[in-house]
Amino acid sequence: MSTMAVPDVAVAPVDEGFWNRNRKVGLVLLALGLIAAVLFGALATDQRARFTLSEDAAGAALEINGTFGAILFGVVALAAGAALLAGLPKRWFLTVLGVGLVAFVFSFLCWQVSAAPAGQNFMPLVNIIRGTFILALPLIFGALAGVLCERSGVVNVAIEGQLLMGAFSGALFGSISGNVWVGLVAAAIGGAFISLLLAIFSIRYLVDQVVMGIVLNLLAVGVTGFLYERLMQTNTERYNSAPRFSNWEIPLLKDIPVIGPALFRGNIFLYLGLLLVLVIHIALFRTRWGLRTRSVGEHPTAADTLGVRVLGLRYRNVLLAGVVAGIGGASYTLALYSFTKNMIGGKGFIALAALIFGRWNPTGALLAALFFGFADQLATYLSTINSVIPSQFLAMLPYLATILAVAGLVGRVRAPAADGKPYVKG
Amino acid sequence: MEPGEIHALLGENGAGKSTLMNVLYGLYQPDEGEILVDGEPLKLRGPSDAIGAGIGMVHQHFMLVPVFTVAENIMLGAEQVRGGIAGFLDRRRARREVTEVSERYGLRIDPDAVIEDLPVGIQQRVEIVKALTRDVDLLILDEPTAVLTPQETEELLTVMRSLKAAGKSIVFITHKLGEVKAIADRITVIRRGKVVGTASPEASRDELAALMVGRSVRLTVEKAPATPGRPVLEVSGLVVDDDRQVRAVDGVDLTVHAGEVLGVAGVQGNGQTELIEAIMGLRPALAGSVTLDGERIDGWSTKKVLRAGVGYVPEDRSVDGLVKEFSVAENLVLDMYDRPPFGGGLALRPDAIAESAKERIAQFDVRTPSAEAPVGTLSGGNQQKVIVARELSRPLKLFIAAQPTRGVDVGSIEFIHGRVIHERDVGTAVLVVSSELDEVIGLADRIAVMYRGRIIGVVGPDTPREQIGLLMAGVSPEVAAEQAGDASESGTASADAPRNEDEA
Repeated sequence: MSTMAVPDVAVAPVDEGFWNRNRKVGLVLLALGLIAAVLFGALATDQRARFTLSEDAAGAALEINGTFGAILFGVVALAAGAALLAGLPKRWFLTVLGVGLVAFVFSFLCWQVSAAPAGQNFMPLVNIIRGTFILALPLIFGALAGVLCERSGVVNVAIEGQLLMGAFSGALFGSISGNVWVGLVAAAIGGAFISLLLAIFSIRYLVDQVVMGIVLNLLAVGVTGFLYERLMQTNTERYNSAPRFSNWEIPLLKDIPVIGPALFRGNIFLYLGLLLVLVIHIALFRTRWGLRTRSVGEHPTAADTLGVRVLGLRYRNVLLAGVVAGIGGASYTLALYSFTKNMIGGKGFIALAALIFGRWNPTGALLAALFFGFADQLATYLSTINSVIPSQFLAMLPYLATILAVAGLVGRVRAPAADGKPYVKG
Repeated sequence: MEPGEIHALLGENGAGKSTLMNVLYGLYQPDEGEILVDGEPLKLRGPSDAIGAGIGMVHQHFMLVPVFTVAENIMLGAEQVRGGIAGFLDRRRARREVTEVSERYGLRIDPDAVIEDLPVGIQQRVEIVKALTRDVDLLILDEPTAVLTPQETEELLTVMRSLKAAGKSIVFITHKLGEVKAIADRITVIRRGKVVGTASPEASRDELAALMVGRSVRLTVEKAPATPGRPVLEVSGLVVDDDRQVRAVDGVDLTVHAGEVLGVAGVQGNGQTELIEAIMGLRPALAGSVTLDGERIDGWSTKKVLRAGVGYVPEDRSVDGLVKEFSVAENLVLDMYDRPPFGGGLALRPDAIAESAKERIAQFDVRTPSAEAPVGTLSGGNQQKVIVARELSRPLKLFIAAQPTRGVDVGSIEFIHGRVIHERDVGTAVLVVSSELDEVIGLADRIAVMYRGRIIGVVGPDTPREQIGLLMAGVSPEVAAEQAGDASESGTASADAPRNEDEA
């Protein structure tokens, strides 16, 4: 018998070495901080940058010298990056990263606001926050619809169509009935109708889910566009003048400085969206329904062997997603605008991006949606103060962020394992 | 089935064992016939009915959600909830239940561990605990040892004995005779979907094998001693990554001589696949060298490697070995289609292809309705023979066979093994990779055991199975030799003890 001497083969768990993810992120943050402190600091003027705290431009405000502020916040971001680079415990990671990024944004704002034309060098925080949430709202509903679908294993590219159909049927039936609640229910049914088609074709007939989603988006654009021209435009008074939800002021909360006027004097959709994030998050991770949904999205065969009804659950979740997205569509037509052709304008796809950026997690999706909403709002604001930054650059941010997220730069992004795969028994 | 009985269901691959059990577990619906439990006919509309009737099953491919914790996997489908209609999960209770059951049967598991971080043996334990928490009386184990090391198998058998002592009945599906003899109280043999006989564990291995395949077969491969010649394939310091960029082969040195069979043994997933693919030029080698008759072939294209006189039977025939929609004749010339006599210039020569196909179908005993039949319609064994026929129809210096008889019936196994030995005897260097230890022991003149990307030891074919098993589990050769020695001295009942005598 011939044996060979072999060195110790014990294999240690994969060691990331010095350059683990936290350190890489720290390095990037450090570089951002440096850019902020040096570049923004140099570009900022000695004007005061005012961040007003109420809706009155002359009212209470936080003031800071532009150059000083840009450098100060840049240094904070730099310090946060350095802290990550030095190797903080993992539990501090998110907090420090958050502080660093916010500081970077403030450094940028100090520059922009101080460099604005005289008389305009103030930033109305209340309006910015309110605008961020309003712009993020369809993204929040859309991304939640994505979460519901995709966690159970059905890819939802049809978010755009669900939002649009919701907006349309909300406007139409709200107008006909003259009742916002009827409109809201109709919007939910409209979104669910698109979902039903998605469910039947992808679950029952095993059509490729991405293709089906795209087809449904086109269908929704076509159908609503046709009816808009033939029906709504011929008699706007009767078919496209839905009543709107009035703003509800929430006692006590509405008096909180900045946050109160920004968030707690809004309409039902804002409260509903935030509530849904909370409810879906808890339901997904704490309840029987959530456990089963996730199991069906990850390993449907395993769920089936344990008596979970895979297809039934998928139907239910896809329909639920349609209801949520439909209500999201109504947040346009039953609160802000009357219906116009293709009024969602790609927000459904940004919602999809928020879903991925938020790692298929309701809270993550909320944060992603808010980030995208903020980028959008900031673009509008910068164009009003004649910024040197082209607003298109900010409009690109959501997509850029999503590409970075999908490329794995913000940690492992992993879709549910069975996402997009039809389940066939046996 | 009787309470507290271990009933082995023995049969070849594709004999219908798993199908039968899936019917029993409610996953498939029977076309005819009925299932009796305690004398009552039972109608199963789905797995939940089966679970309700006290039937649990551990599937061949584990039914565990990789990103869930142990406790989540175990409670799925039978969740304890609070809060009425909202149905909040009672995790504490689930965790307690897991701990309780696992302690009662001596199956230690951590309820909070995430499945994908656990080794296969532990995952299987989770599956068993999952069934036990559902209060099953009858537990079906479908090919439970296929993915286990011999040591893990030994542990499983111990667990099965303790379950039996606790009054549970077990159906144990397998095609491994040694395990059946070690543990079963009663054996039912299935062939082509029919029960062909029952036997007691005292029946000899040959008797059982004969029942399984319908005629007596030799379990060992008959061969003359090898006469190794010059080194043909030399691999040194080879480093290869797998698809996930994780190191799969980590510095392998191997030499295969003309006229010998080198068998590579090891539990699947220890780098065997990547090793072979790197030699074949299907996967880049990150370091080290591969030489064929003294010439460096690493970095060559696969086509060039094949043309240099290497025959290759890939491990997954349906993905890498054949084009299922193509005919048998076409599949037989996949390697030679662009050379005379089969083709040249822009055209194929169908008559030459048909002629050679006819010849090789006869020569390699391929059972096919015709040379024009799509190869996908053939049985696994005959598909494999098509590949072997193709690869052995060129003059070869080196023949590489990965899992040459996986999912192949016993008759074809015998035939393929015969061809492999024949190839060795005409002076070809042969490299066989198999996760079936019996196959490696039967074919090889030397056995290299692979563990976590390295050759942990090279031993002779007469080495005790326990020792090879320990090597497969990563125990270093010296320790393995020692431990295997101890085990046989102290007379520990081993599942495979009789087998060594047979084969010695």
